[in-house]
Amino acid sequence: MDILKFLTAGSVDDGKSTLIGRLLYDSESILVDQLEALHRSNRKNDDGSIDLAILTDGLKAEREQGITIDVAYKYFQTEKRKFIIADTPGHIQYTRNMVTGASNANLAIILIDARKGVIEQTIRHSFLVALLGLPQVVVCINKMDMVDYSEDVYLQIVKNYKILADKVGLKNVHYIPVSALKGDNIVYPSINMNWYKEDSLLHFLETVNIDVDDSKAHARFPVQWVVRPQTDELHDYRGYAGRVSSGSFKVNDKVTVLPSGFNTTITKIEQLEKQPAEAFAGMSVTIHLKDEIDISRGDVLVNSSYKPEVSQLIEADLCWMDTRPLDTSLTYFIQHNSKVTRCRIQEILYKVNINTLEKEYNEDFKLNDIGRIVVKTAEPLAFDLYQNNKANGGAIIIDSRTNVTVGALMFRTAVE
Amino acid sequence: MKLDYLDELEAEAIYILREVAGQFEKPALLFSGGKDSITLVRLAEKAFRPGKFPFPLVHIDTGHNFIETIEYRDKMIERIGEKLIIGHVQDSINEGKVVEQKGKNASRNALQTVTLLDTIAKYQFDACIGGARRDEEKARAKERIFSVRDEFGQWDPKRQRPELWNIFNGKIHKGENVRVFPISNWTELDVWNYIRREKIELPSIYFAHEREVITRNGQLMAASPFLNMDEEDIIENRNVRFRTVGDMTCTAAVESYAYHIDDIIEEISASKISERGARMDDKVSEAAMEDRKKGGYF
Repeated sequence: MDILKFLTAGSVDDGKSTLIGRLLYDSESILVDQLEALHRSNRKNDDGSIDLAILTDGLKAEREQGITIDVAYKYFQTEKRKFIIADTPGHIQYTRNMVTGASNANLAIILIDARKGVIEQTIRHSFLVALLGLPQVVVCINKMDMVDYSEDVYLQIVKNYKILADKVGLKNVHYIPVSALKGDNIVYPSINMNWYKEDSLLHFLETVNIDVDDSKAHARFPVQWVVRPQTDELHDYRGYAGRVSSGSFKVNDKVTVLPSGFNTTITKIEQLEKQPAEAFAGMSVTIHLKDEIDISRGDVLVNSSYKPEVSQLIEADLCWMDTRPLDTSLTYFIQHNSKVTRCRIQEILYKVNINTLEKEYNEDFKLNDIGRIVVKTAEPLAFDLYQNNKANGGAIIIDSRTNVTVGALMFRTAVE
Repeated sequence: MKLDYLDELEAEAIYILREVAGQFEKPALLFSGGKDSITLVRLAEKAFRPGKFPFPLVHIDTGHNFIETIEYRDKMIERIGEKLIIGHVQDSINEGKVVEQKGKNASRNALQTVTLLDTIAKYQFDACIGGARRDEEKARAKERIFSVRDEFGQWDPKRQRPELWNIFNGKIHKGENVRVFPISNWTELDVWNYIRREKIELPSIYFAHEREVITRNGQLMAASPFLNMDEEDIIENRNVRFRTVGDMTCTAAVESYAYHIDDIIEEISASKISERGARMDDKVSEAAMEDRKKGGYF
């Protein structure tokens, strides 16, 4: 059994919370005391049925305002898979929350209200999902009960969405007509839409392929910690602890340490008492090398035949996440895997109006703005282009005055 | 290739523990004696052996613990050979920093926040690793893995740092500290399945045994000198086990005949009560957890 992490994009009005509530409720992931709390609540739908959206409500302030203001994580499992839902708010002022939720997801569910079709927020959500490079997208056309379960309405929306998907560069898009409120095609196939022959949402989520990339070409191992017991019996022990961020390493592989550029060979891979012959993406291991080289936290091991870019000047997409606007005269910190160094945003190339996808050219870069910039780092970074390798192509910007995470970077081109 | 879900959760937790080691000067692991913090110790062994842990274990002792928990703790410390620091709630009471609660539902559970904050200040810990999980409770569903606390130990849900990809920002100002939750993404069932797979020993009170209990607010509480009892309380012998290990005054037992871990996993898989439902201190109000977290609770 493996884990699928997915993001739900949509607003309260699209019935997003109801959709998640329905997945939890119909897949019987709710325990009895939660169910009792549900029944006790005064919030009911118009027809008197339970308001399933309550299941995803979190903080007090949100309950009072009736909106989701942060990323909330929900967990459920079926016999086939474990699921982690990142439930993010859909309004434009919470773009940064959606970017955060999308950064760790394998799949996005984009909700469209069947009565409204493709609207401004659909464009925004689709753009963000494409920007963050999510490999799979499911477009749920919701509230089909409100349009008499009409196939024509569904087909027209699918047609319109395909144009949008091409424009923002989304591949692997799957479409499902649903009613979260009534439960059509969420867990069980709909009896109201016999014209739809494909999987229900849950069945699709259970079976969609999410294998990790274990190619040699993307072998990247950021060193987090050096294990050196320095005891009498382990005097010469020196292991490099970290998590394979992408690709695969095997014993006897020739590896290069970046940014220094030294070459050596893997002699042993350890996991406490176990010694696996291979470590692939996602595994936390300790690696031993043939030669004694000066390696510390912030360095990265890569397969010597497939090296990433090494540069101090990088063109990247930036999402700004702080209420204080970007200041191009300031020095910030940049954190890329285990490496932290100083940086400056040297140039703003353009911003994207995420509702219309048009480029804008003005100098300010505020909360929730997204655009293309050039970043200059104090030390060289060993990185991949985000579109080729998400795990080694993203970084965060930290304000050195407040220590707060203020920006997310997706590397697109090495300038040098 | 794909990782099995327990391997993936384990690898993520080890990664987080190593980030703590790499990013902080004086971290600590908060050890309660419960199954979640016992799991953290196992994960720390996987992250740092054959080296020593780069942090001590810290136990906030209410003085009202189950004796089985304390015995387990001391035996475990001897086995792993790591440093243990104990913060006593009794000391906070003696120093007049907190006042013992009165009445039937009196518990030291709320008092331990003060002892924890004092212990953090005394040893100048900049990161405290805890075993909280997001599936435990609604407020926790939104907490970050690196959760920054101000100098009063407070959590501000509106000022949380975005956490992108696997990048954790541990930069803080002097006086602030970070609570780190490596098993945020685990569910109760995941923890039990991991304990079974790794053959991790647990305190005996997790398994069914006969015990003197009283029924209070519909829940079974262990009869003990720490519980304020009166003539209305009837002591009975029941076959019970505990689903969480906290203070004796606020941890309810459930009727159970689960003597082995397989029985427990079967019992909770078909469970009728989610885990925190057995903690009386959450029942006070729906927003109880959120309020306590803002005040610096684990």
